[in-house]
Amino acid sequence: MSRYSIFSLARNALSGHRNWPRQWRSPEPRREYDVVIVGAGGHGLATAYYLAKEHRIQSVAVLEKGWLGGGNTGRNTTIIRSNYLQDESAAIYEHALKLWEGLSAELNYNVMYSPRGVMMLAHSVHDNQVLKRHIYANRLNGIDNEWLSPEEAKRFCPPLNIGRNIRYPVTGAALQRRGGTARHDAVAWGYARGADGMGVDIIENCEVTGLRRGADGAVTGCDTTRGFIGAKKVAVVAAGHTSVVMAMAGVRMPIESYPLQALVSEPVKPVFPCVVMSNSVHAYISQSDKGELVIGAGTDAYVSYSQNGGLHVAEHTLDAICELFPEFRRMRMLRNWGGIVDVTPDRSPIIGLTPVAGLYVNCGWGTGGFKATPGSGHVFAATVARGEPHPIAAPFTLDRFRTGRLIDEAAAAAVAH
Amino acid sequence: MLIVPCPHCGDRPEIEFRYAGPAHIERAQRPAELSDEDWASYLYLRDNPKGLHFERWRHIHGCGRFFNAARDTVSDRFVASYKAGQKRPEIPR
Repeated sequence: MSRYSIFSLARNALSGHRNWPRQWRSPEPRREYDVVIVGAGGHGLATAYYLAKEHRIQSVAVLEKGWLGGGNTGRNTTIIRSNYLQDESAAIYEHALKLWEGLSAELNYNVMYSPRGVMMLAHSVHDNQVLKRHIYANRLNGIDNEWLSPEEAKRFCPPLNIGRNIRYPVTGAALQRRGGTARHDAVAWGYARGADGMGVDIIENCEVTGLRRGADGAVTGCDTTRGFIGAKKVAVVAAGHTSVVMAMAGVRMPIESYPLQALVSEPVKPVFPCVVMSNSVHAYISQSDKGELVIGAGTDAYVSYSQNGGLHVAEHTLDAICELFPEFRRMRMLRNWGGIVDVTPDRSPIIGLTPVAGLYVNCGWGTGGFKATPGSGHVFAATVARGEPHPIAAPFTLDRFRTGRLIDEAAAAAVAH
Repeated sequence: MLIVPCPHCGDRPEIEFRYAGPAHIERAQRPAELSDEDWASYLYLRDNPKGLHFERWRHIHGCGRFFNAARDTVSDRFVASYKAGQKRPEIPR
């Protein structure tokens, strides 16, 4: 793998940027690997990267039915924060945030992590109390989060309408300054390049069609559209399609798949300095470095695998945006799409072992998985390598739905889905 | 927005309805005898199929009644709808 630096940039500038090497190979699948990862999104690629880097397991393939990073990694609104309510969630999202802070240097790849601040708005006495409770819980866990008055919120985000005459006036805000955004594609590409450089095979256009199990019940590999690929361990990181893949091994999951929508406006000059979200009125907005306003809408009410979503769902969000930011009323929306998110009953992820020997799963990130990408891959790689849960992943077992030790983040989502 | 076929009122826009989860999940006759695995299965495990899905809807801004429907979760096309309590229809795949 050639290292990126000011010198490689200068050298390639001299040859008109025509000789940059490919960032990762496009290998033919081998007959067998130590670990096969199903799904080359951010979480799967990060898992492969940390398996190779920290656990020295380099016989790894990442199988992807489409193209690398083409699922929810390429469809989300790229928000990063760690201000979750429950201790278990705070631990894993903060673990991820700490990795985000050094990720560009770690990967030698600019993931454009931008800690521009994530501000969550309150619109009622109840909201104030809930957000303050979050702030205190976060501080006990060593996570930055602070309370702002409406005037302070306006100073931090000048486009915000704090007038008293709107339907849901702003009564305050919680601000996590270390929260922000990153470039979603770069995260997938950076991990892919890093993993590939350590010998991991990333195999695109290779859909898993079956999971094979031996006489002892343990997995022996995957049937794919490019033939059978043997594996000592199979790690499923298939987001919205987790239920489909796990059904191939006869495992039913506590997961339902819903379309979650996002949309972007026409690009404009920098007008929006941070990330703003409001649970009560369901607004969720930031500005990309390209200048588009990036807006997150809600999920549809019914399970679906159509990467689409109802228009009234996006319209509901735009109503709230127009009220909070009246200057955006005339802006045109350029693109609108849906991604299929895997939602668990307690809105917390599932990371770990399954009832099938050798089969591991990392899923259930629901509507907010992007922010966890580095942390998720890091603890899942340790879990797969050692065959037992990483301490941070330990509470997020599949078994918690039997024992009843749920991690209820349903009310803690940035916006209610 | 979907057009949802209510078996009582006919085709109506989606915003008149509430989705109410998978259909034909039976509550245990003797819940005290259920194991933890059975409870987990009843409460949390879902088929979540990519394809034909039997589900409950309520026409809350119409007749107010619950009914069942079969829908393709890839195209979102409704294949059938039928009254609550009726048997699951045979649908050729």
